[in-house]
Amino acid sequence: MLETFIQQGINALQLGSYYSLIALGYCLVYGVLLLINFAHGDIFMVGAYIAFFCATALMGKYGVLDAGMSGWIVLALTVPLTMLLTSGVGVFIERVAYRPLRLKGANRLYVVITALMMGIVLEYGNLAMLGATRKSFPTLVPRAIFEIGGATVTSLKLAAIFTSFAVFGLLQWIVTRTKIGMAMRAVSFDKFAVPLMGIPLDIVIIFTFFLGSSMAGLAGLLYAMNFPVLDPFMGALVGWKAFIAAVVGGIGDIRGAFIGGFLLAFLEVAVAATFSSELRDLISFTILLGILSWKPTGLFGKPRTTKI
Amino acid sequence: MKKFARVFLTLVCVLLFTAAAGAETIKLGFNIPMTGDIPKVGEMAKQSAEMLKEQVNAKGGLDVGGKKYQLEFVYVDNETKPESAVNAALKLIEGEKVLAMVGPMGSGRAVPAGEVANNLKTVMLAPWSTNPKTTLDRPYVFRACFLDDFQGPVAAKFATNQLKAKTAAVLFDVAQDYSKGLSEFFKKSFEELHGAGAVVAYETFTTKDVDFSAQLTKIIKAKPDVLFTPQYYNEVPLIVRQARELGFKGPILGSDSWGSAELMGLCGDDCKGQYFVTHYAAAGAKGATKEFIDNFNAKYGQIPDDVGALTWDATNMALAAIQKMGALSGDLAKDRDALRAALASMSGFEGITGTMSYDGKSGDPSKCAVIVKINDAGEFTFHETVCP
Amino acid sequence: MLLGLVAMTQTGLLGQYAQTFLCTMGIYMILAASLNLVNGYMGEFSCGHAGFMAVGAYTASIVGVILFVGDEHFGPALLPMSLAPLAFPLILATGFAAAALVGLLVAIPSFKTRGDYLAVITLAAGYIVKSALENIEVVGGPRGFMGMKKVVLAIEESFTVPWMLVWIFIGVVLTVWLLRRFVYSTYGKGVMAIHQDEVAAEIMSVNTNHMKLVAFMLSSGLAGLAGGLYAYLIGFVNPASFTILRSTECLVMVYLGGMGSLTGSILAAGIFTILLEFLKPLEQLKWVAIPMLLIVLMQFRPEGLMGNRELSDIFPKLKRFYRFK
Repeated sequence: MLETFIQQGINALQLGSYYSLIALGYCLVYGVLLLINFAHGDIFMVGAYIAFFCATALMGKYGVLDAGMSGWIVLALTVPLTMLLTSGVGVFIERVAYRPLRLKGANRLYVVITALMMGIVLEYGNLAMLGATRKSFPTLVPRAIFEIGGATVTSLKLAAIFTSFAVFGLLQWIVTRTKIGMAMRAVSFDKFAVPLMGIPLDIVIIFTFFLGSSMAGLAGLLYAMNFPVLDPFMGALVGWKAFIAAVVGGIGDIRGAFIGGFLLAFLEVAVAATFSSELRDLISFTILLGILSWKPTGLFGKPRTTKI
Repeated sequence: MKKFARVFLTLVCVLLFTAAAGAETIKLGFNIPMTGDIPKVGEMAKQSAEMLKEQVNAKGGLDVGGKKYQLEFVYVDNETKPESAVNAALKLIEGEKVLAMVGPMGSGRAVPAGEVANNLKTVMLAPWSTNPKTTLDRPYVFRACFLDDFQGPVAAKFATNQLKAKTAAVLFDVAQDYSKGLSEFFKKSFEELHGAGAVVAYETFTTKDVDFSAQLTKIIKAKPDVLFTPQYYNEVPLIVRQARELGFKGPILGSDSWGSAELMGLCGDDCKGQYFVTHYAAAGAKGATKEFIDNFNAKYGQIPDDVGALTWDATNMALAAIQKMGALSGDLAKDRDALRAALASMSGFEGITGTMSYDGKSGDPSKCAVIVKINDAGEFTFHETVCP
Repeated sequence: MLLGLVAMTQTGLLGQYAQTFLCTMGIYMILAASLNLVNGYMGEFSCGHAGFMAVGAYTASIVGVILFVGDEHFGPALLPMSLAPLAFPLILATGFAAAALVGLLVAIPSFKTRGDYLAVITLAAGYIVKSALENIEVVGGPRGFMGMKKVVLAIEESFTVPWMLVWIFIGVVLTVWLLRRFVYSTYGKGVMAIHQDEVAAEIMSVNTNHMKLVAFMLSSGLAGLAGGLYAYLIGFVNPASFTILRSTECLVMVYLGGMGSLTGSILAAGIFTILLEFLKPLEQLKWVAIPMLLIVLMQFRPEGLMGNRELSDIFPKLKRFYRFK
C-alpha cells in the first residue's frame, strides 16, 4: 500500500513539475503586465519542438554537425539552446503582437484576445509547416531505473522534479535578490510610475518574457524526453491546465503558481488512481472551481482594490 | 447586406456548375484521417486508392455495362475526430455528390459517419473498422474486415494457448468506440476461459493522454500474466515503454490497430518480441496478395500495412458492385440505391485479404484473422491464422 | 425571406449542401448574438460558450430520442413519430431551458469576481461540462450520441420542406428579436450600465447581481437553442465538438462584429461561415489565417466591424420597418 502511495506520489511530482514550470511563466507575465498570456502553453509546445530539432541536428541528422558527440554532451548543449531559442520566440511575440497594443494604450481585453489567437496560430502553423506525422524525440541518455521504497522511478523523472525545484529556487532568488527582480516587482505594483523612476519599462518586460519563455522551453524539453511523441496540440491542454493551476495558486505570486501546479498534479493523479482516469479532468476542475469560489484571488494571491 | 447577397449568388452558381459537370466519371469519396493522431493510416489508405485508380484509369476506365467511366476519387480529411468525420461525410455525400464513400478507417469515426451515410441513403464501405456498431441496423453500411466480437476471443484464446496466461490486464482508451468495444469482448472471452475475475486489472485512459504511470502502477501491482492493449501506433510506444520502465516484464498483446507501418519507427526495441492480431501479414504472402505488395513497394517504397491492403479490397469491391449494377442511370439517388442492392448480394469476391461475401442481411463479411509476431529485426512476421 | 428560401429548395436551386451551409450559418449567428449579450453588451469575458451549447445539444437530443426513437439505453419510443412536427419546438425549448439552468450555475460564482477570474471560471465551466458529458455512459460518453436525426427525417417525410432550414431561420429571428427587446428595454439597459461602470450602476439602483443572472441565463439559453439545432442538423454530438476551440470561434465572431452590436454579430457570423467555407482548400492554414485576421483586427480596428452601432444607426431609414420602444 505504501509503495503505491510513494509511486503515485512520484508520478504526481513529475507531472506537477511540468505544470509548475509553465504556471511560473504565466505568473511572471501576469504579475508584470496583468496579461494572461494564453499563448504560453503553445510556447511550451514550440519549446519541445525546438528541443527536438536541436537534439537531432546535433546528433548529425541534417548532416551539418556530425561530430559523433555522446548523448550527454548533446543534452548539455540542447538545454541552453532550447531555452534561448524558445525565449526568442516569446520575446518576438511580445514585440510583434503585444507591444504595439500596449503602446497604444489599448484595452486589456484586446491584448488577451490577441494572445489567444497567437496561441492558435502557433498550433496550426506548426501543423501546417511540419505536417501531421508525429515526431519522435531521440533517446539522448540511457534511462537508469532506481527503486525508492518499492517504487520504480527513472532518472528522467527525477531530473524533471529536481529541475523544477531548482528553477523555482533560481526564480525566487532573481525576483527577491536582484535588481531586475526588484524592477519586475515594481512594475507589478504600479506600471505607470516605473518609467518615471528611471527604470526602462521595455527592458523589464522583455526580461520577463525571456525568463517565462525559457522556462516553458525547458519544460518542453523535459516533457519531450519523458514522453517522446510530439504533436502540435500538446501545449494546448497542458497550457490551459497550468493556467488554471496558476490562478488557483494565486496568479500574482510565484510561490502560488508553483504550489498550484503541484496541487493540480496531485489532484489529477489521486483521482486517476482512486476513480477512473475519465473522471480526472472533471473532478480536478470542480475542486479548482471550488477553491476559486472560496478564495477568489487564489491561495496566495492578494485581492486587488480598485479606486472608484 | 449587398455584399452578402453577391457572395451568396456566386456560391449558388458554383454549386450549380459543379452539379452540371462530371458526367462521364464515377466519383468515389474517401473519408480518411490525414491529420490528427494517426495520419499514417490515412496516408496508407490514400496511396492504396491512388494506385488502384491509376491502374483502372490506365486501362481506359471502369467498364459498366459496356460504357467506360474514368474514376475520380475525392479525399476528405476527418482529422481522426468523430465530429470531423461526420462533417467529411456530409461534404462528400451532399457536396461532392459521390456515388459511394470508402472509410472512415477507425471505428471511432466509422460509427458516426455510418449514421450520416445511412440517413442520407448512401453506400459506405468501412475497410478497417471492426466495431459491430458500424454496420448494425444500417442497410447502407458495409465493411471489409472481421469484427471485434470475433477478434476479442481470438486474442483471448491466443493469450491462453500460446502465451500461457491465466490472468490478464487490459489498458485501453475509453474515449474510443474501437478500444472500448474490443476490450469488453476480450474481457468477456478471457473470463469465459479462466473464470470471473481472471482479468485482474481493467484500466482506462483518455485519447491524447501520454502519462499512463498511474494506471500501469495499478496494473503491475495486480500481477497479470499478459497485458492486452488495443491501441493505435501513436499510443503503443508510450504504453510499452512506460510499462517496461515501471517494471512489467510480461508479454504485451495487441490488436489490429497496432498494424501500422510506423509502429516500429516510434517504438523501437521495446516492441520487439510482442504479438498482435491483424488482418494480413505481408511477409510470406502469395499470389495476388504478393503482386499487390510488390506493386505498392515499387511505387511507394514501403510495404503496405493492413490498412492499405483492406482499402484496396474495399475499393475494388465497390467497383465490382458498380459493374454489377449494369448501368448508371445518372440519377444519383437511384444509382446509390442500386449500388446498395448490388453490394448486398455480392458473394465470393476474391480480395487480397481473403474472400468476402455479404449475405444480404448484414454488411459484415466472414474473414479470418492473422496473428503476427514482431521479430528481433522489428519486422511483422506471420505466426498463425485463425478462422471463424 | 423564409418563403423565398423554401421556394428555392423546392425548385432545386439550393442543393443539399447549400442548405447545410445556410443552416450552419444560422447556428453561428445565434451563437454570436447570444455571446454578444454577455461579452459585448455587458463587457464580461466569458469563454465557456461551447459548454452551454453542449448542454442544449445533448438535452434536445436526449429528449427527442426518449420521446420518438427507440434506443438501447432509453428504451422504446414513448410517442408516435406523427407527433414529431408539433413536439419539435418543445424539444428545442428543453435544450434552451437546460442550458439556461447551467448558465445560472455559472453566473453565481461570477458575482464575486471580475475580469480575468471570470474568464477562468467560464473556462473551467466549459471543461467541466465537456468532462461530465464524457463520463455519462448513457449518452455514449466520449464516443458521442446519435439517433436524433431520425426525428427530423420523419418530419421531412410527412411534409417535404427543408425543415432544418425553417427551424434555424425561425431560431435566428427569435434570437435577434429577443436580444434586441431585452437590451433596449428599461430593465435591460442595466446590462450596458454594468459594462460602463459596475459600481455606479449598483448605486443607481441597478440590481447588478440580478442583472448578471438574467443576462447569463438568456445568453446560455440561446446558446443551448443553437446547440439543439446543431445536434439535429448534424445528427451526431460528442463532447469533442464543444471544446475551447468552439468557444474561441464564438469569441472571434463577437469581436469581429463589434462588442455591443447585434448587427455586427450577425454579419460577423455570416462572414465567418463563408470564410470557413472558402478557405477550405487551405485546410490547416485556414486556422492560421483566421486568428491572424483577428490579431490584425485588434491592432487596427479593435472595435470590430460595427463597433457598437447597429444597422439602423447607419441606415436610419430602416427604422421605418420596425419600431422598438
